[in-house]
Amino acid sequence: MSGRPVVATSAAVLLLLAAIIAAFAIGRFPISPGELVTLVWAKLTGGVHGLSPMADTVLFQIRGPRVIAALMVGAALAAAGAAYQNLFRNPLVSPDILGVSSGAALGAALGIFLSLDLWWIQGLAFAWGLGAVAAVYLIGQAVKGHDPILVLILAGVVIGALLGSVLALLKYLADPYNQLPAITFWLLGSLASTNLDDIATTLVPVLLGLIPLWLLRWRMNLMALGDEEAKALGINVVRVRFAVIGAATLMTAAVVSISGIVGWIGLLVPHFARLLAGPNFARLLPVSVLLGAAFLLLVDTLARTVARIEIPLGVLTAFIGTPFFIWLLATARRSWQ
Amino acid sequence: MKPAVRVSVRDLAFGYPGKRVGAGVSLELSAGEVMCLLGPNGGGKTTLFKTMLGLIPAQGGEVRYADAPLARMARAEVARIAGYVPQAHTGYFPFSVFDVVLMGRAAHLGPFASPGKRDREIAQRALATIGIERLADAIYTRISGGERQMTLIARALAQEPSILVMDEPTASLDFGNQVRVLERIRDLSCAGLAIVLSTHDPDQAFLVADRVAMLHEGKLVRLGAPGETITAESLKLVYGVDIAVVEIAAGSGMRRVCVPSLARAGGG
Repeated sequence: MSGRPVVATSAAVLLLLAAIIAAFAIGRFPISPGELVTLVWAKLTGGVHGLSPMADTVLFQIRGPRVIAALMVGAALAAAGAAYQNLFRNPLVSPDILGVSSGAALGAALGIFLSLDLWWIQGLAFAWGLGAVAAVYLIGQAVKGHDPILVLILAGVVIGALLGSVLALLKYLADPYNQLPAITFWLLGSLASTNLDDIATTLVPVLLGLIPLWLLRWRMNLMALGDEEAKALGINVVRVRFAVIGAATLMTAAVVSISGIVGWIGLLVPHFARLLAGPNFARLLPVSVLLGAAFLLLVDTLARTVARIEIPLGVLTAFIGTPFFIWLLATARRSWQ
Repeated sequence: MKPAVRVSVRDLAFGYPGKRVGAGVSLELSAGEVMCLLGPNGGGKTTLFKTMLGLIPAQGGEVRYADAPLARMARAEVARIAGYVPQAHTGYFPFSVFDVVLMGRAAHLGPFASPGKRDREIAQRALATIGIERLADAIYTRISGGERQMTLIARALAQEPSILVMDEPTASLDFGNQVRVLERIRDLSCAGLAIVLSTHDPDQAFLVADRVAMLHEGKLVRLGAPGETITAESLKLVYGVDIAVVEIAAGSGMRRVCVPSLARAGGG
């Protein structure tokens, strides 16, 4: 490893540190980098920090969990997107191509519609996200005689459309004063209400997804050659594809269940990472994780500070994502060929 | 001593679900032998190769590597015996040539492993064998068609196979690169590899092949030494045009070449 990858990784690490410092320093109750160190040091050693108890509360109860959630959600979405772009050999694929977001959206809407508490809403979002992809995968297994990747993507589109129409029905039937706004807010994505418990329960599936992707990092490059060539080189294509789809879905469903639908990250960040670090998945994955974490944290910092009210994450990522996407279309060949 | 049989194909039927491409193909390939598969476009050459490699399931008959039936072998096992050189194309991520060649090591590595020092040495040797060490750091998607073809041959060599299956290795190459690829094929067979390649050009069979198999409408219509199989009559059958096979003086000896005669429009 030399040259470009080192620069890319260092740049991503620096950006991430800058994003973390900015996230604490900007807001209704700014915490400077010095205060941040003092507070964390006091917490670790059990000492006295001499700062206001308010700073303590903001750091450990409010902003800290939110920052960690933003890092985790951004990292997971970017990692899943990088894996899918390799697997489907397409730079314009995002982690929800197989229906995980539509499934999670319907699950959450169902929870809100049935007036269940937050824990259940998150659980349903997670379960439906996994279920939607499982259905797509089973369709892919059942339909023979076509390119398996094409069948998977088409099945994802079809199942996504079906779930979308059920979601529309739920919104139509929902109580317009309480449930409908709640569903709408959930669909727009937000990290405002995440707490430490959410983070702890989400971290497990995120790591369970990230670890196999890291272990398969070299084989992922071969998957990008296409089924036949990967097979001819001795890869059990069906098994690797199952593992990658499973890992990426697990991560995406887990983070989406606490953040709501946050689009664009899984599409843009891996592509940007590829421009920086090159196509080798062993370098692409860590750079995607770092950049994804930094990007969502910056967007979330903007979301809570640019206006008097919170701007939904999904709205902001789309605002930033659209011009980026156009630029990407204009320059895609550069990192793709 | 007779060289060991590397691959035997018995009464093989091949094609895709709902579409039979060919049937009744039987042939054997021994160590150090070069077999040339001749046939027109769409004649089933690629489908036959993919079936011989187990990339698509056989619709009947059997393929055996040494003594093991292909149907019962794991993908990695097959890849350690048979290297596949597909037709060169550009549809990859921009990996370096060295990284592409290194991918040939997959069959020798566990599912979670990355290539180590030994694998890098083998990939480096494969580059040297093909004579493209200078391309190691070049980006695969930005080199010429001939260089890509050489890269894919090197990748197959990095698999350390005993059989090479090459799908039209000279198609879309300029004349110089065609000759270079044919020279490499000769060298590799001298080193003991069993090689089967498909080509459009019967002249290439005269240049490199020990045996020729002619595929016509999914059936093997000729199988044998180039001099016996490539005749005006068999070329007429397979390609549907009049081609004379003549001997010319080349270098120290005589060589056969195919000379097509152009029919006039209107048949006059």
